[in-house]
Amino acid sequence: MKRLLIAAVALWPLVNSQAGDWRGYVEFEGTVFFEDPAYAEQSNSDLSIAAEPEYIREWNNGDDIFTFKPFYRVDQRDNHRTHGDLRELSWIHAADDWEILAGVGKVFWGVTEAVHLVDIVNQTDLVESFDGEEKLGQPMIDLSLIRDWGVVDLFILPWFRERTFPSEDGRPRFAIPIDKNDPIYESGAEQHHVDFAARWSNSIGAWDIGLSYFYGTSREPRFVIQPTAIDPVTGTVSETKPLYEIINQASIDLQAIYGSWLWKLEAFTRGGQGDRFASAAGGFEYTFVGVRESAIDVGIIAEYLYDGRDDEIGSTEIMPGTPFSTSPFQNDLVLGTRITLNDMQSTELLVVGIIDLEGNGQTFSMEASRRVGSNWIVALEGSAFSNVPENTSLASFKKDSNIRLKLTRYF
Amino acid sequence: MTPARILPALLLCLLPVCVHAETAEEKALAIAVEADNRDSGFVDYTNDTQMILRNKQGQESIRVIRSKTLEVDGDGDKSLTIFDEPNDVKGTALLSFTHKEGPDDQWLYLPALKRVKRIASDNKSGPFMGSEFAYEDITSQEVEKYTYKYLRDDSFDGMDVFVFERYPVDKKSGYTRQIIWMDKEHYKERKIEFYDRKDTLLKTLLFTDYNQYQDRFWRAHQMDMENHQTGKSTRLLQSNYKYGTGLRERDFDQNSLKRAR
Repeated sequence: MKRLLIAAVALWPLVNSQAGDWRGYVEFEGTVFFEDPAYAEQSNSDLSIAAEPEYIREWNNGDDIFTFKPFYRVDQRDNHRTHGDLRELSWIHAADDWEILAGVGKVFWGVTEAVHLVDIVNQTDLVESFDGEEKLGQPMIDLSLIRDWGVVDLFILPWFRERTFPSEDGRPRFAIPIDKNDPIYESGAEQHHVDFAARWSNSIGAWDIGLSYFYGTSREPRFVIQPTAIDPVTGTVSETKPLYEIINQASIDLQAIYGSWLWKLEAFTRGGQGDRFASAAGGFEYTFVGVRESAIDVGIIAEYLYDGRDDEIGSTEIMPGTPFSTSPFQNDLVLGTRITLNDMQSTELLVVGIIDLEGNGQTFSMEASRRVGSNWIVALEGSAFSNVPENTSLASFKKDSNIRLKLTRYF
Repeated sequence: MTPARILPALLLCLLPVCVHAETAEEKALAIAVEADNRDSGFVDYTNDTQMILRNKQGQESIRVIRSKTLEVDGDGDKSLTIFDEPNDVKGTALLSFTHKEGPDDQWLYLPALKRVKRIASDNKSGPFMGSEFAYEDITSQEVEKYTYKYLRDDSFDGMDVFVFERYPVDKKSGYTRQIIWMDKEHYKERKIEFYDRKDTLLKTLLFTDYNQYQDRFWRAHQMDMENHQTGKSTRLLQSNYKYGTGLRERDFDQNSLKRAR
């Protein structure tokens, strides 16, 4: 991170002396929790402010692009959520049948709504949002070869980004706070391990297809509980440490469009974290266009989630020193609706419920947003957990149902 | 009719003047084909668009977009549209492949997520950026997307015009029919009335401020769409047309969509 900031400062004169374009946002956020917290360090509310400016300069008729996008957040309660990141600092060059991106960048792979299984290049910025949709900038070289039979992307990922985790004051957080400062690496090279990825993607008629392979440090860690001290009163004091192992992962993402139907599938098989396992998500989104002769679109989302791993966190059987994973969606059904008003204010509503088919509770999320004036977006987000049993990874969050108001000024 | 009376009629039709009486459908189709021919061969162009959305109370909201368009031999045009305003959608881009037959292909790029989303082709009747223009109003108007019927000759705004109806082939269209007023000199639309699925007048579109490019192609710099059912309207101002900019297929793939800024 420090190096990246130094690089950013070094590039500043370039940014400042040339004609380019600034854009970005400043966001004000307030969160209220419905129940008293599960852990004494947590609070019933939180205020936060974040900014993400972006500088873009194009030359050679848009065939060369320089992008600089820093991010910073200040959080009232959680000092881990008060953090900065270099989201992007990259140069893109486009030629006739190839493109290259060098620097810090972000790529997205995948099609499904509730989970993003195959999206592996960038690390999750978990303190930003618990749904895992926010990502940290990833140093990379991405060479795209553009052919008649599809696009091949070859990635070299020379520096590993560690996942962010909430502090003891953060909410929601895991029951045993994760010690992000002292992770365990399988590779002796630790963050210097050079990771590789390759992807072929193509659009054939109604189909969008992607096949990907990744070899390197797993973005998703397993965890290990380590005793760190003996307390005379409470006995052994333990810490949960992230364990970053070297994995190989092959994945597929598929999407087909037929009229108002969007069919989606994502699946991967991963080796390197204990036994090889597979994970999959698939389903559809059907859109009723212009319901009752209005401009309003109503989409129905249904997905099934499968994960070959056991959900071990929260289990009393976790032995100190034995790696375990946090994967709440073994056998779950996703049902949701997306309502788009298509009005001048771009009003939208998305409600999604994830129902554990083995009786391990339900999680709900809601996102509503609307433009106010020409430069502000007001958004209301909610999440709720219900009927969550003790022995699941969601148990740590069962008192954390909340509602969040976001006011974002775009410029 | 007795055979004795058919015979003279058949003989009459052997004369060159009476090869075949042109039906109203054929006449309108011929006009649409001629209009399309006059607009063919542009190869490529770029332009800027400002949209002024006005609600019933007169409140305004501005949209600014930039577009690149490529003519495709034997099929519909390809276009890439980049959104500049409002600021919250700055950098969002839309890639469209229109087809003479079958549904168009559309992908939307969301820059914050770096995600390309396929758009369901059935949403063609939906509003474009909250305006009174539907997606199907702004995508390339291929001859094959409609059937036609000639109504009458008329005059409009001091010009001689053809007036004809066209009926969308696609069942997912938001319209049962459209009535076109097209000038006889340049074969350009001057006015279109849109009738909804209940065959009630929904919108009227007026084309003004035509400018000629490359000594051939006429482009309306102003288009005013009025929705009679909601009282809302949208003014579309086009500017900065550039022809022969050297765009290629490569400028209209998903990589270029992700590079749009």
